[in-house]
Amino acid sequence: MTEHVDRSEPEAAVPQAPAAVTPADAADAARLVSFGLQPKLQPARDQEYTELLRRYREDPSFARLADAVATGLGLVVLEVSPRAGMAVTAAEDSVFAVRMSDYARRTSADGGDRFLHGLAHLAVAAMAFPRPEDLADDGYIGRVTVNGVDAFVRQACRRLEERAEEQGENTDPATDAPGLEAAWRIWIRRSAAGATKDARRLAGSTTGIVGKAVAFLTDSGFLQRTGDDHGGTYRTTARYQLQVRDMAGSAAMTELLELGVVPVTDGTPTLLPAEDTDALDLVADAGLPFHSA
Amino acid sequence: MPFGSMSDLGPSLCSVTSPASTDRVPPQLSAGPRPAPGPAADEGLARRLRALACTAPLHDLDARKANLAGEYSVYGMAEVALAAIDLVTLNMDFDTGADHDQIVARLIPRIAAQAPRRPVAEHERVARWVLENLINVGSVDRGFRAVYGTFTPDGSYVRRDYDFKLIEEVPGPGGTVYLRTTDEAVNVLVGALDTDVTSAQIAAEVKLEVLISRGRLADAQLAAEQARYRTVQYSETLRRALDATRRNVRAVDWLNAVPDMIAEALDHVADRYRHENAILTNIRKARDETEDPEHKRRAAELVDIVKDCIRRHTQLQSRLLEAGPLFRAEQDRQAFATPLTTSGIDLYGHLVSPVLPLPLERAVRVTDAFFAHGTGLRTPVSVRLGDLVDILLTPPVEREHLGAEMPEPDLIATPDDSRFSEEQLAAAMELLDLPADAPRRLSGLLAEARRQDPELPYLVALLAVHAASPPVGTAYRQGEEKLLFAVDDGTELDDPEFGGADLIVGTALLDAAGMAADRTEAA
Repeated sequence: MTEHVDRSEPEAAVPQAPAAVTPADAADAARLVSFGLQPKLQPARDQEYTELLRRYREDPSFARLADAVATGLGLVVLEVSPRAGMAVTAAEDSVFAVRMSDYARRTSADGGDRFLHGLAHLAVAAMAFPRPEDLADDGYIGRVTVNGVDAFVRQACRRLEERAEEQGENTDPATDAPGLEAAWRIWIRRSAAGATKDARRLAGSTTGIVGKAVAFLTDSGFLQRTGDDHGGTYRTTARYQLQVRDMAGSAAMTELLELGVVPVTDGTPTLLPAEDTDALDLVADAGLPFHSA
Repeated sequence: MPFGSMSDLGPSLCSVTSPASTDRVPPQLSAGPRPAPGPAADEGLARRLRALACTAPLHDLDARKANLAGEYSVYGMAEVALAAIDLVTLNMDFDTGADHDQIVARLIPRIAAQAPRRPVAEHERVARWVLENLINVGSVDRGFRAVYGTFTPDGSYVRRDYDFKLIEEVPGPGGTVYLRTTDEAVNVLVGALDTDVTSAQIAAEVKLEVLISRGRLADAQLAAEQARYRTVQYSETLRRALDATRRNVRAVDWLNAVPDMIAEALDHVADRYRHENAILTNIRKARDETEDPEHKRRAAELVDIVKDCIRRHTQLQSRLLEAGPLFRAEQDRQAFATPLTTSGIDLYGHLVSPVLPLPLERAVRVTDAFFAHGTGLRTPVSVRLGDLVDILLTPPVEREHLGAEMPEPDLIATPDDSRFSEEQLAAAMELLDLPADAPRRLSGLLAEARRQDPELPYLVALLAVHAASPPVGTAYRQGEEKLLFAVDDGTELDDPEFGGADLIVGTALLDAAGMAADRTEAA
């Protein structure tokens, strides 16, 4: 696939390139973008990749050319550096964009499932970068476990449930208006795990949904699997941090503000200590640092 | 009376006002927006409807058993279900829940008792059916839903969905799935649990002590079992608190609140431990002193229950002791990191926590935005028609990586070089099949063996020597009913072929049924 892209690049890029640029330069720029399209490829492992990255950083006209190739393909350049490589991501409506309907089958029919998959991705990011400074610190490597993410979301949901109970609210949704059901209920209602005939994770359970999310992120070169404990443990890559910080976080924030919700944090911890009946902590030793400052 | 007083004022007035008022009242009632009593009463009703709904799956089991292929009406499904909930509750430990297969295995004796003539496979099927229905495997949430109606504050009637679970599946270490009973299930089981855990536990234990001091063991057992449920529940509560706090180092008050909490919990454990040990001593005394075998048995059961409580408290205590070092380690790791400039986005505070309370149709817009921008890219698969035709027309490749054909192995019958034949073994075993109340000397056995076959004494001697240190533990675990043993009482063996001790060889009967019960209790 990448070879295919690679071959078609020079023709696409040449017309917009400045006169001084030779077709060979355009081919190199496209080659660099094609490396960026292989997110699991480590720059340090490939000499040609490393060389092209160096050229991008040292030769401004080459950098402009590579950026132009990426833009023409419908890609957004997040960062070009030895650690992250040519970190590109799909622009909106680009052929490279991931669609929810391709991601999970049930999501088109069921708003609840669509939400669960989206929330799983959001929760993985929140768990991987628990504090704002973790997201800002280029050297930070976050760690997540599948069971830990589920426990963390469940804990947050449980807290909302308790708050609703304290206020005497009846949160049971009206039968004919499922769209008005509070979002946290959807997660808490879904079981955390389930036995299956072939001892695999039940796809519809919340750990199954989180498992799918982290597996997908691993394929995207955003996470690296480090072990099998707690449903699978993963660590983040530089690309994931860039993606969350520069793309996803702000996009979701914008959407939230459009809904008229203005999250206010005043520096007090946003993750509060557990009440004694808090947290359907299904997993002992989730072992993750979450807190906020 | 009112009519009397009004008529005193004037008959005309009375006749005008009273019909008028009766005319006016009915329209008021029908037009009034509250056919129901106040919202508070309605809330109580909703709570009771939910509680009622929790029992429905159990009744449903008995109602639906008629639909099963086969004659299952003989089984009391609700009873099996309650027993299953009991078993799961009692087997819930700190880290894990109860094992699925283990629960099935423990349910089978009760099911077998309901229909002893039916095959074991059917009993197991019933156990699995009940357990799967308590989990409600068929539904996507693996839970139950009941619909009930309430009045909103403005008086309109709304039907609401109540979702609940009885037994839920949770991930355990190593990818396994364990079972846990939910709060709803514990409420169904023990009833009226909507009380303070601590005080309820103390009450149960005081009750037990009083009962024992008056010698009413039958009631005491019931109270002890209840105390154990409370203990399990109490441990659950504390476990959740501990797990949650140890992940939230910065958010908790590490200076006061956490140490206080741990100190309180430790005090509590110490208190309970003392208390339960006192009870244990009392019951042991009752067990040893009582003459009535029924009392003895009940007291023995009580001892087991209280021991289990103590075991659970000890487990809790070790957890509490681990908490301190863990807090300090986390503190070091997190608090002494260099402060950095923030990116401005606090994923939890700015996104997760505001999204969760939103209604689904709004929340999904935020998560969709995050998903669309947070998943990166996928290189699309592009297909050329020419390639596709080639791929589709290519015949499947012969699998050649299976390696060379294996030559047919040439099997040679190995000569039977056993020292003793099967018949000799059978003869020896028959000889050693001694009645439990009549052990024999080895010398006598050897002489008898020699009369049958000159080789046989060697086998008998070998078996007797092996029996000198019999594998009691193995036999115990395998549920053997008897075991050969040999004891040396110092007598010299007087035999032409063998020397050494003239062992006493006998058969010990093992209480297999009792041990099986013991195993169940101990696990």
